[in-house]
Amino acid sequence: MTILSDSRSLTARDVGAKLWVISIWTLLIFFVINLFGIIGAVVTSSFATRWLRSWMPSGFTTDWYVSAWSEFQLGDVLMTTFQVVGAVVVLSGVIGVPAAYAMARREFPGKKATMLVFLLPLLVPPITYGIPLATVLYQTGFGGTLTGVILANLVPTVPFVILVMIPFIEQIDPRIESAARVFGAGTFRLFIHVLLPLLTPGVLAALLLVLVRTIAMFELTFLTSGPTSQTLVVALYYSVFAAGVRAVQSIDAMAVIYMSLTLIWLIIALRFVNPTQIVTRGKQARD
Amino acid sequence: MGSHIAFQSLRLEKVGRTFGAMNALQDLTLDIKRGEFIALLGPSGCGKSTALNCIAGLLSTTSGAIWLDDVRIDTLAVEDRGFGMVFQNYALFPHMTVRSNIGFGLRMRGIAKAELERRVDAAIRTVRLESQAHKLPGQLSGGQQQRVAIARAIAIDPPLVLMDEPLSNLDAKLRLEMRQEIRRIHQDLGGVTIYVTHDQDEALSLADRIVVLRDGMIRQVGTPEDLYLRPAHIDVAEFMGFRNRLEGVLANGSAVSPMTRANAVFGGTTLEGVALHALSGGSVTAAIRPDDLTPVSTASPGIEAVVEAIEYRGRDFFGSARSSSGTELFFRSELSLERGASVRLNADPAKILLYEGAGA
Amino acid sequence: MTEANIPFRVRLAARGVDGVTLLVIPALILLVALFLYPFSYGLILSFRPKDGTLFGNYGHFFSDPFLYKTIWTTLALAIPVTIINLVAAVPVAFRVRKMRYQRLITTILVLPITLGTVLVAEGMLNYFGPQGWFIRTLTLLGLGSPSSIKLVHNYWGVFLSLVITGFPFTFLLTLSYVSGIDVALENAAATLGARSAARFRTIFLPLLAPGLAITFCLSFVQAYSVFPSAVLLGAPAGPTRVISIAAYEAAFEQYDYSLASAIAMIMGGVQLVVVVGVLMSRSLFYRGPAAGAKG
Repeated sequence: MTILSDSRSLTARDVGAKLWVISIWTLLIFFVINLFGIIGAVVTSSFATRWLRSWMPSGFTTDWYVSAWSEFQLGDVLMTTFQVVGAVVVLSGVIGVPAAYAMARREFPGKKATMLVFLLPLLVPPITYGIPLATVLYQTGFGGTLTGVILANLVPTVPFVILVMIPFIEQIDPRIESAARVFGAGTFRLFIHVLLPLLTPGVLAALLLVLVRTIAMFELTFLTSGPTSQTLVVALYYSVFAAGVRAVQSIDAMAVIYMSLTLIWLIIALRFVNPTQIVTRGKQARD
Repeated sequence: MGSHIAFQSLRLEKVGRTFGAMNALQDLTLDIKRGEFIALLGPSGCGKSTALNCIAGLLSTTSGAIWLDDVRIDTLAVEDRGFGMVFQNYALFPHMTVRSNIGFGLRMRGIAKAELERRVDAAIRTVRLESQAHKLPGQLSGGQQQRVAIARAIAIDPPLVLMDEPLSNLDAKLRLEMRQEIRRIHQDLGGVTIYVTHDQDEALSLADRIVVLRDGMIRQVGTPEDLYLRPAHIDVAEFMGFRNRLEGVLANGSAVSPMTRANAVFGGTTLEGVALHALSGGSVTAAIRPDDLTPVSTASPGIEAVVEAIEYRGRDFFGSARSSSGTELFFRSELSLERGASVRLNADPAKILLYEGAGA
Repeated sequence: MTEANIPFRVRLAARGVDGVTLLVIPALILLVALFLYPFSYGLILSFRPKDGTLFGNYGHFFSDPFLYKTIWTTLALAIPVTIINLVAAVPVAFRVRKMRYQRLITTILVLPITLGTVLVAEGMLNYFGPQGWFIRTLTLLGLGSPSSIKLVHNYWGVFLSLVITGFPFTFLLTLSYVSGIDVALENAAATLGARSAARFRTIFLPLLAPGLAITFCLSFVQAYSVFPSAVLLGAPAGPTRVISIAAYEAAFEQYDYSLASAIAMIMGGVQLVVVVGVLMSRSLFYRGPAAGAKG
């Protein structure tokens, strides 16, 4: 139930309120139009034969996708991306969910400090801790390897999983677990028959979000990857960076492939989560 | 707006409110005199809170009008109506002290500081919270918060106070205490109080008149006594505690005039009851309060039933039984009974209310 | 049974430590090894510069304008961007929380965050470029021309990209704080005679202030760490040479990890100073729950 101002008699106040609403809508629409403009420009360009000084390209083709594939070794890059993202998703789930369970169910000395350790990587921006992290990885021989990239990406994702799962687990009445034990379930059966089904929606949501975020995670992979361990977003960056050498359209084709990848997973994720949860940094008010 | 000296009546004229395709309120017509304490009573979803919000201005009406004497108020914005409102979860401003909360309405009106302090003090005295005046709402107990909410609503000296189930979050003992407080404050203020509740005991003890709502429509308006003894419809009767409901037919099939005794047959047994309104002569539904239904000797007429459960209540027993036609009956017994025992139940004809039946 | 006879496991369990508690260990080890340790390692490393002195790196940083100006350059980007994002987010969040299309709007706004800064930068090079649709439309409307308005490879390009990727983040956080304020409070204020502006001033602002402070801090920190857009959309050699570029160059072009760590520390330090400053001024406002106190 919300407040509605009765508009049966139009006053200056009503006019002012209407103008305010219109200007907010205008701002939003302007933002969204430009956003779609940016995306549209990239897509159009990727299908353009030539697009130099006109509103629209002179012709359309899909050749750029073919050339981009070989030029940027997209097959290998995509394989690397899948490997990195897959490993990060699985590992952050395996490490993060039990940790979240312990944090939700137990009070122990040092819990606050532990919570702080889990919170910090989400508050400090990746590039700030990425540079020291990359330094350590290179010094221990993990720099530039696939393992190194995976390890680096785990730093923001494990805390993310923990922070998303804790409130979810807290919502599950602990008495359900007690009840299961009273009826004779050992820890393993408790896990399989009671906890797993209850946790699955939350875990699914958290891992899908990790997936989307890791595909787009640039800074950490950029700092820790070598030429054979680049994810798609890093490869895209390098190609734009060296843009003078290659045709813009093939870079745009690569960009469209990247975009499709993120958007497909975003759409899948949105079936299970609220868009707001993608940005959770552990500082949100509960709905 | 705000002085109750000139106001004599609050009138709702065919007030309606729809949400999309759903009719939350339909054709609400009510005439309230200054000084009355009105309870809006009904089950969840009956529209009582919607009605209250329409009067307050928090919801606009989709049809009808609301008049304060001859001033039409449903076209006024909520900020301009000057009514006091007490919310179900109190809605105290958590960042302001008790004094500040109570004085909020006066501040919004630009009342001068000295006058404002005086009126805030008066309100605090009325609800007896002098010692808590400088605390924040978070530091108060539920009952204290409730009193702050009331004080905040009355500090602006409103002609009309609206209360939305204010006692539902309090424990039983506190609820009883606060009931009397609310009645006392109402009498001191001298204006109109409209009180929303789903608790019939509250409504019966507080109100001058009760408005029973169901599915957005008024089912009955009357004094507590009217509603308790003479509910106009079967659903109102059930709501007012007539838990026993029997389906049957009139004994001789002819129409019955209002306020007349009549015989009806329920599952083979004939009972005598009273019809408050005219009956067409076909099927009837009887309503009986559990406390009025008692075991009778086998020499008298009554409904045969088998006892299913019996509860000790101190000075008597409360029982449930099932009749041969499968109807569950609730009754009162002076003596204890065994589970499974057969019992014959009946009540004083004046306490058996007959209503028009449901089907053909 | 004396204290000594109670088995150790039971005593631990009473303190909350049992098998379940140990489940935090893997995560803890991971983060200590990959976050806390590198950070402290970096901190120590920053005090072991190539020239052998303790503060050599820091001295180097603050005496070389090419380096220390980056602090200011980045602030000149991050602070206005954050302020604009926040000032725009608040009224929009107020409007959107009442809308039926809320989910649609938040989904669309989540796109820039999902796509990431690299893609947005790439797209902006086209769309906001001199031949792009944006400038063409402006020219058509007579509001400018490619020669008078330059939006890429300069400060404004980076500025715009930070707004495009930052506003949704700021907006979503603000929306969650605004939604956390009990509607009943607003209704109560209205029944007591407070109009929109008064309600905003007396109810919303005080209750939102702590949340807005946090939102400012998180948005600022994100903006201050700008990197790929500053390189791709800006002029990394000069006007948009941000501090992260300086750190990157020290690490991967000069291979001076010690200096790079020092710059990363300085970067973190500046962010910390701003965050602490904002949060301290927040304590001037109310800090408790934003729902009407319930019985």
